[in-house]
Amino acid sequence: MTTLTQRSKTVSVRKLSLSERLYLPAILKGMLITLGHVFKRKPTIKYPEEQREFAPVYRGQHVLKRDEAGAERCTACGLCAVACPAEAITMDSAERKKGEEHLYREEKYASIYEINMLRCIFCGLCEEACPKEAIFLTDRIVPSSFTRGEEIFGKDKLVETPDQPIDVSKRQEAGLAAFKKNKQHYHNRTFRDARPGVAAH
Amino acid sequence: MEMLTYKILLCVIVFALSLGIAAYMTWGERKIAAILQDRVGPNRAGPLGLLQPLADGIKMFMKEEMIPGQSNKWLFILGPSFFMLTACMTGVVIPWGSGITVGDTVYPMQITDINIGLLYLLGVVSIGVYGIMIGGWASNNKYSLLGALRASSQMISYEVAMGLSLIALVMTTGTLNLGEIAAQQDAGWANVVYQPLGFLIFLVCAFAETNRAPFDLPECESELVGGYHTEYSSMKLGFFLFAEYINMFISSAVMATLYFGGYNFPFQHALGLEGNWLAVVQTAVLFLKISAFIFLFMWVRWTLPRFRYDQLMNLGWKVLLPLSLANIFITGIVMWLTGKLG
Repeated sequence: MTTLTQRSKTVSVRKLSLSERLYLPAILKGMLITLGHVFKRKPTIKYPEEQREFAPVYRGQHVLKRDEAGAERCTACGLCAVACPAEAITMDSAERKKGEEHLYREEKYASIYEINMLRCIFCGLCEEACPKEAIFLTDRIVPSSFTRGEEIFGKDKLVETPDQPIDVSKRQEAGLAAFKKNKQHYHNRTFRDARPGVAAH
Repeated sequence: MEMLTYKILLCVIVFALSLGIAAYMTWGERKIAAILQDRVGPNRAGPLGLLQPLADGIKMFMKEEMIPGQSNKWLFILGPSFFMLTACMTGVVIPWGSGITVGDTVYPMQITDINIGLLYLLGVVSIGVYGIMIGGWASNNKYSLLGALRASSQMISYEVAMGLSLIALVMTTGTLNLGEIAAQQDAGWANVVYQPLGFLIFLVCAFAETNRAPFDLPECESELVGGYHTEYSSMKLGFFLFAEYINMFISSAVMATLYFGGYNFPFQHALGLEGNWLAVVQTAVLFLKISAFIFLFMWVRWTLPRFRYDQLMNLGWKVLLPLSLANIFITGIVMWLTGKLG
């Protein structure tokens, strides 16, 4: 009979030999194997005390950046929400009032900005889409929680505090930085560095 | 009167010690399992996870107490109580040391030095199976009943071989008194030298009697859920599990006493230690031997898979029983040839 693959094995139901029926040699062999494991190095990483080394491009919890003056960069354009393949981002916009210039950089800002961390797949497309360099994925791990509601992060958890800026430079390796610099968004450019022919929207 | 207070004190100490050791055996079991499997084991509760048994105990007490509606309530409670009781009863005949001399009186490190100690031990151990049987039957659950049936048939089968292997030992030592058996090994060799086969049979039977792997069929998780303690929860379950560890501790102590010289150790009189100091060192050595056996129990558990039921019965009746009979026969012939038969 021809078999479909070469992987099938023939099995036999032969009687056990005397030494096998004694069990003891096999038991001793097995016990020596387990004893050998006593002296093996343990691969465990004791998490809160030790941390596994992260790759430089690790994508973790998001941050909404502020600019140098401490104003929020996000202008609630919604490009991140459109780019998001998991539809994890929702937002609402509001108009900046007089006297709020130190809080929001542009005339329009996000009054609500929520990311559902249970939906997010940490692909980083929001960061790629953002024309204002406002949203970044950081090397922080999203903390676990007891309820689903707690996993919807609002502005209180996402926006960095002015006195404790979150470092996002780790991920900005040469290739990524070059990509961001050449992003062809009209509104991301100032009049001066707009190349002729490109900014003619 | 003074002796009575001492005996009561010793009772309390042995009781507390076996409970404490059983508690830390659960920690040891998990630690050894972890080490043999390249893991770290419990390390969160206290340094090295040493407070883990305490945490486990609190957890057991906090759990909801469930008694199945269709069960026989009194028997359901009696089962684990009985198992625990018999487990704690075995410790009384074991000589924990040679005795401490204060003034003129010698305080023996043995609760009761009855001349049928070995018989008492076997008797109490075989009563122990009633705890499992009652518990499994009272649960009114098919898995529990199957577990209980397995437990009782396994314990009865292996008790035969165990008793017969001890008969050969009794033939060479000429006594059923555990204290005397331990004392005899001071002068001569340890009994394991005279009874290697008997020891091996006893060891295998001890594994089966304590329901430890590879003979843990009564609580076989893969096919019987939890075996005889499927329906148990809270501290009643804790009692079953705890009593198993006490049984393991006591059988380690019995094996050390019967076959490995008890509290005696080689060259003990060449150390130049006097009376009481020697007794203290001897007790420490006994506990060292016991720990070694406990480690063996755990080492085997985390190495071997479980026997199939027919293999278990074959091994018990077709291998161990004839072997122990042959052992008696050979022992008799050797004793006759060397003129030790009086």
